[in-house]
Amino acid sequence: MAHRKHARTLVAVALLVGALTAAGCGRRSTHASSTVTVFAAASLTEVFTSIGEGFEADNPGVEITFNFASSSALAGQIRSGAPVDVFASADAATMSRLTDAGGTTGAPTTFARNELVIVVGAGNPRKITSIRDLADPDLIVVLAAPQVPAGRYAAQILEQAGVTVTPKSLEADVKAVLTKVTSGEADAGIVYATDVRAAGDEAVGIAIPEAANVVATYPVAIVEGAPNPAGASAFLAYLTGPKGQATLASFGFGRP
Amino acid sequence: MSSRTTRDRLPLAVLGLAALAVGFFALPLLGLLWRTPWSSAWDVVTDPITRAALWLSISCSLWSTAASVLFGVPLAWVLARVEFPGRGVVRALCTLSMVVPPVVGGVALFAALGRRGLLGQYLDLWFGLRLPFSTAGVVVAQTFVAMPFLVITVEGALRQQDRRLEEAARTLGATSWYAFRRVTLPSIRPALMAGTVLAWARALGEFGATITFAGNFPGRTQTLPLAAYLALETDPDDAIVLSLLLISTSFLVLVGLRDRWLGAAASGTGRSVAER
Repeated sequence: MAHRKHARTLVAVALLVGALTAAGCGRRSTHASSTVTVFAAASLTEVFTSIGEGFEADNPGVEITFNFASSSALAGQIRSGAPVDVFASADAATMSRLTDAGGTTGAPTTFARNELVIVVGAGNPRKITSIRDLADPDLIVVLAAPQVPAGRYAAQILEQAGVTVTPKSLEADVKAVLTKVTSGEADAGIVYATDVRAAGDEAVGIAIPEAANVVATYPVAIVEGAPNPAGASAFLAYLTGPKGQATLASFGFGRP
Repeated sequence: MSSRTTRDRLPLAVLGLAALAVGFFALPLLGLLWRTPWSSAWDVVTDPITRAALWLSISCSLWSTAASVLFGVPLAWVLARVEFPGRGVVRALCTLSMVVPPVVGGVALFAALGRRGLLGQYLDLWFGLRLPFSTAGVVVAQTFVAMPFLVITVEGALRQQDRRLEEAARTLGATSWYAFRRVTLPSIRPALMAGTVLAWARALGEFGATITFAGNFPGRTQTLPLAAYLALETDPDDAIVLSLLLISTSFLVLVGLRDRWLGAAASGTGRSVAER
């Protein structure tokens, strides 16, 4: 009896799974051209989510799917054959590595700029005022890992400023650096100016002098073999057009 | 006749499904081996950062396994033997970290043991002890996710155990501690070994809670899984070599244990039960 009940449950589950899979496939095949898959750098999370909403409002029936992670991780996924339409990177180096490997169609376009700042917790409890303060050994400083753009920029800035910092951790992406600071586990970090802005009251940004700072440029390109090339071009046009640029500016990004 | 065909068909189906399961595990491993850049593998393995990560992985996972045994066996014993209200809740609580995504587990550890955490702020204030971003933090994160595997295995064995053996020992004048040490523990040795190996393997491969709670710094908190993940960002080939290093380390230990300890433990129990 118990066995039969078990078998019946199994059959029910199998049927349910089958039905769901069929439904999923059906939906994908009828609307295949209306989904645009965008892989974008972690630092673009908030602004691209907003731009995506604007794009969807302007293009009824088109749906945007985002995947936010460190640019290098995303480029790796694209090289491994992830079905992606658009790739937006936080640095030119990561994009050109993908372009050189034949991973994009056409030359990438720069659509935004960003600068880096020192981030500290609300109220700046350790009274940090300059990049030199980060050398204090009592301070818990976290940076992004040298494998990701934000980490490369941070290393470049510290070198240009002639400051030696012993970070407690090299985080896997820039948002992880921000979280460690806003949660109070770290005293300071180096992140994008737009990250601090997105964090609202929880974080304070301290400007890095222009001589030592680095300007991050954001290139975007259509991925080779994009499942939806028409949708990809439409998204690129929106991003580099007046509406996309206005949204980028409102989130603190600089013009290309 | 018809019953024989059913009997014949069933093992075939079982065998077929089992073969599929083996393929399911073997294929990804073969894929890794196929992609491995053998020419540069040695350079990656002998890199000081890799060696530091390997050493950190081995030592931290052994420490967290030791902690899991030290606290997990008594916990399993209490859960199996002591009846108290809310036992089910306590059991669920102590195995929760198996279900929680490890990254969330890391966030929870921050909330508890971080610099601003529930307990962590006092650890810092009274003892100057800061677990985040430290090697001890790696051990804490690994123990948090690994110990339930040992607790569940050992508790299951304790529940199935014939309690009359313990009672017999007690009636013959053994103290409860003596009975636990000389009767209970030996009879659950195979399960204890299996649980220990499970917990160790889980600790060795731990990623999410470690990178969240302990951060990532070569030589201090960067274990092999973290090194492999970060290598994936820039050099997927290196990541594959690091993964293989992790797999072969655990494979060697598991195979070695199976022959030396698990086999001996299993036959040892058989003998002692027979002697009795």
